[in-house]
Amino acid sequence: MQGVPLFAYIALALFMFTVGTVGVIIRRNPIVIFMCVELMLNAVNLTFLAFARYMPAMALQHNAAQRAQSQMAGQMMVIFVMAVAAAEVAVGLGIIMAIYRLRENIDIDELNLLKG
Amino acid sequence: MFDFSPPLIDWMTIAPLIAVALTGLIALMVEVMMPKRTNGGIIGVSLVGLAVAGGLLINNLSMPNSETFSGMALRDHFGTLLQLLLVVTCGLSILFSEGYLREKRIPFGEFYPLLLWSTMGAMIMCMTRNLLMLFLGVEVLSISLYVLAGMSRSEERSEESAMKYFLLGAFASAFLLFGISFVYGATGTLQLASISEAWTSGGISSQALLLFGFGLIMVGLSFKSGFVPFHQWTPDVYQGAPTNVTAFMAVGSKVAAIAAVWRVFEGFQIMSDYWIPIMSWVAILTMSVGNLIALLQKDVKRILGYSSIAHAGYILVAILAHYKNPQAVGFNTVFYYLLSYALMTLGSFAVISLTAHSGREGTMLSDLNGMWKRAPFAAASLIVFMASLVGIPPTSGFVGKFLIFSDALQAGLTPLAMVLAVNSIISVYYYVGIAHATVVAEEKRPGKSGRPTFGLNSTCLLCTVGVFGAAIFYSPLMNFLQGR
Repeated sequence: MQGVPLFAYIALALFMFTVGTVGVIIRRNPIVIFMCVELMLNAVNLTFLAFARYMPAMALQHNAAQRAQSQMAGQMMVIFVMAVAAAEVAVGLGIIMAIYRLRENIDIDELNLLKG
Repeated sequence: MFDFSPPLIDWMTIAPLIAVALTGLIALMVEVMMPKRTNGGIIGVSLVGLAVAGGLLINNLSMPNSETFSGMALRDHFGTLLQLLLVVTCGLSILFSEGYLREKRIPFGEFYPLLLWSTMGAMIMCMTRNLLMLFLGVEVLSISLYVLAGMSRSEERSEESAMKYFLLGAFASAFLLFGISFVYGATGTLQLASISEAWTSGGISSQALLLFGFGLIMVGLSFKSGFVPFHQWTPDVYQGAPTNVTAFMAVGSKVAAIAAVWRVFEGFQIMSDYWIPIMSWVAILTMSVGNLIALLQKDVKRILGYSSIAHAGYILVAILAHYKNPQAVGFNTVFYYLLSYALMTLGSFAVISLTAHSGREGTMLSDLNGMWKRAPFAAASLIVFMASLVGIPPTSGFVGKFLIFSDALQAGLTPLAMVLAVNSIISVYYYVGIAHATVVAEEKRPGKSGRPTFGLNSTCLLCTVGVFGAAIFYSPLMNFLQGR
């Protein structure tokens, strides 16, 4: 197969996932944190699509129909991930709105009522 | 030219799920139709729907194991029993919620449909060996719980807990998904059953993919089930969320997460030489950290949060004992312990919800003082739940811990059994602290607390009867679990 090798996609996905993880850990604004989570989910989607296209598990698929089914499974998963991420955004932004209404500030360092 | 025959679908497998989801929709309709004054109609509809779902599940128990929807939905004894437990949990939470929500001045009818849908997500997690369905179950469960945790909108603690739960939950889901994507890369399917074939026939690269994928999936599921070192959110969220939501969160989402861990371990059983040592350390840390930090807490909901971490550790020992020696040790111990954990934790939170009064709620240990005089029955049942959490006979907590202990010894996990025994002794201190605050300690100023409603008393009664009943009728219950 010509073009970009599978390894390149996986490396890019790993890089994106790492950037997202580091972002979640060091950033203080919940909206930016949530953007980092979205970046992680995009890394997941890229991995699924790359694996669906290149099918490294070719040895387990014995005929063309099985291979098509395999590819479909990965691509469907991406659709579901996107749909669920959209639902999460709706709820998450709602929660951030509710906090902003209460205190006009959403910095997570100031959210320190719960500890002990 | 277009030859397509629809596959045969066994609707009975997912009928309980549909019943719960529809009940949620109907409850929402009732909320729209009825005047705002009372939530009685919604509660009635919800309880009837849950009873129908429970009946369908009991019917499913006697049917043979099968898979339907191309292996996405599974009916087996373990999954059906856990679903039954989840339905009971949801019903018990609904019973005591109304009085609490009124006292707390958040009598929103939306609580009930959201709780039902959350239960549905948890049920999905128990009835599948497909990673896509597992992910969807996790999300349906969690998204409803994010909303419920922030339900007390005028209270900063509740909003803060919702935000923490949401951010960490989404973070954990990303890890779970990344793990699933690598397992997909190695096997080409989303079925957990195909992993062992990929492990044996695949080369070194697919084995590496599977190991990496398993690690990431376990990070995600450890967040959900509260295993150390991914437990930090648990006490914060439990403390801030409304107490009835905390009760469901502590029981429902833990049962579902444990079921998911069980299924994932089952799929990855062929690699158990790699993960059993690591997960044993996780179990040791989970039991010890949970119990040791609980000693320092002054807030009842935080104490119970850390105690739920410790109990997750005990259950992990039972799971590991099964996968260490699958022939000798079955799933009975895990189910029995989850049952007794569900009853005693739900009951404790129900009693603690009594501290809410006229929109205010104190959850410090001192807020429990005088509970003995104001609500004698609830206080007495709290003592029973504490005794069961410690593991004093003749309660189910004792039987459960004894079963885990003997399973661990039988499977050759002696160090884990020893850590469990030591931890049980440590935990006596803080459970006795709660009991002391409730019964012995004098209140400094006359405290106020909500009046125990009929629903709350029935939750306490049912949990107490369950805690004793599961211990006294131990052998009939075990025969029933083994399908005899």
